[in-house]
Amino acid sequence: MRRRPSAAFWVMVILLTLLVILPLLWMVITSFKTVGESQADPPTLIPQDPTGRAYGEILTTGGQNPVLRWALNSFAAAALHSLLVVTVASMAGYALARMNFRFKNAIFSFILLTLFVPGFVFLMPNYLLMDNLGWLDTLAALIVPGAAGAFGVFFMRQFFLAIPKELEEVALIDGANAWTVFSRIILPNAKPALATLTVLSFLTNWNDFVWPLFVLFSPERLTLPAGLTLLQGAYTTDYPVIMAGATVAAVPVLILYVFVQRYVIEGVANSGIKG
Amino acid sequence: MTVQASAGAVRRRRTRTSTAVRGYGRATPYLFLAPYLVLFLLFVIGPAIFGFWMSLHDWDFQLPGKPFVGLQNYKDLFDPLSATAEPFWHSMRATGIFTVASVPFLVGLPLGLAVLLNRKFPGRTFFRAVYFAPFVLGVAVIGLMFRYILDTSFGILNAFLGLFGISEIGWTTEQPWAFVALVAVTVWWTAGFNSIIYLAGLQDIPPEQYEAAELDGANGWQKFRNVTLPGLRPVTVFIVIITLLASANMFGQSVLITQGGPGDTTTTALMVITDTGFSQFRMGQATAMSYLLALCLAVVALVVFAVVRERKS
Repeated sequence: MRRRPSAAFWVMVILLTLLVILPLLWMVITSFKTVGESQADPPTLIPQDPTGRAYGEILTTGGQNPVLRWALNSFAAAALHSLLVVTVASMAGYALARMNFRFKNAIFSFILLTLFVPGFVFLMPNYLLMDNLGWLDTLAALIVPGAAGAFGVFFMRQFFLAIPKELEEVALIDGANAWTVFSRIILPNAKPALATLTVLSFLTNWNDFVWPLFVLFSPERLTLPAGLTLLQGAYTTDYPVIMAGATVAAVPVLILYVFVQRYVIEGVANSGIKG
Repeated sequence: MTVQASAGAVRRRRTRTSTAVRGYGRATPYLFLAPYLVLFLLFVIGPAIFGFWMSLHDWDFQLPGKPFVGLQNYKDLFDPLSATAEPFWHSMRATGIFTVASVPFLVGLPLGLAVLLNRKFPGRTFFRAVYFAPFVLGVAVIGLMFRYILDTSFGILNAFLGLFGISEIGWTTEQPWAFVALVAVTVWWTAGFNSIIYLAGLQDIPPEQYEAAELDGANGWQKFRNVTLPGLRPVTVFIVIITLLASANMFGQSVLITQGGPGDTTTTALMVITDTGFSQFRMGQATAMSYLLALCLAVVALVVFAVVRERKS
């Protein structure tokens, strides 16, 4: 039915691929240049005098820009956050998909509605809440509030709606309680959805910019995105150092992405269809 | 006594059997929901209400007293003589320009990309993953990376354009280039995300519709016009709405690439809101700005829905 892709089609595909890859490549190349070479006119495509100085600068200058510490903070926050999201969202999503109770539809519609409330509305009041809880300048501020987002619940509910009912009915008639059914039968069958939600919440949290910028202050408490702004302020036109910082923030997610791209893409694809 | 006891036992047993068939007790659904609902009430519903309460007060969180001022914070935003009105409306203009300039590209180009990726060709999964890749990077990485690429004197973009005799362009320091740069970077970053949603929508269009169109002698363009586009309508509405939301929240690109400049032309609403609330500590005023911006956004979203419904009928 369809024609074989033409030469023009392939040119398009390759050009778009270069458009994605070249800026990233340029970032990595620059991180291995000297300051002088990064400002050379015309720019050199391959470092003439390759140096690891930029990485030495950000990985060793102790107190000022603890990039490794930022990476560790980012990882800890994102991992714990995604664990929390998957736990509460799968429980709530299961109840909303498979149980009958009063106000079920009202509760679900209400949760869904908040998906469309812009994030900045919550910024000031949640900041004050963090202050009252004593969570300012701690990772708790990055881990917990974001888990109240509606996406996870919506996503898990969609998945549970599609699991055949017979699976749990047999167990329920055998006298298993709801928790046993959920943890022993439903969750093992929901592994792809759980994996997808874990990866999506991890990425969102790892990349979050506005919130950590305002709730974290101490240099050793920052996450990578918030820390990178410090780096930009401190090194202004020392682009190799700034590019090295950006590379350190980008490489872990790109590696993760290579392995889990299927989950990420399917997760995003599923978020739209039923929306 | 015994009769009563056994009646009670019977009733109990009956309840137990009926719960066993239903599978769970009356409280169970709420227990499953509870952990999420606690978070939801504490960090979503509570703050949304409390934020509005704050906007009715002179809420400086460093001062002990937070006097009730009614709608004064909102009135100030419409009073040309107040200190807050000018920066706020400038930032609303910047956000508005960015939104109007970026939404067509973020809705149109990803559709083209999705149609491209919907064809069968070797390596399709690989190229799909490549085009989506920028989205997994955060705005901090994207912002710093493009700040260097777009640099007026050291940037490789100007060096490249120089090969064609184009003189240096101030991508981060001159208008309209600053907006062009911010829109282009945002398209680079998020086009893949929107196209994946389109792609899922394309794959949901029943192939029979295309076959029917072919029987009617439709050519490629007619099939696109009469089968693809109508089939994608719900997905398109979804994409327009989430793109509008993201544009209204625009912050990182301006902070990292143009630093809000030149002048304050790319200082977005969220930059002024955070500056008012976190740097000047005037959180009442800042929340009033947030609610006003949210209201504007809601109006735009309703207009989108109305337009789409009209098209349908």
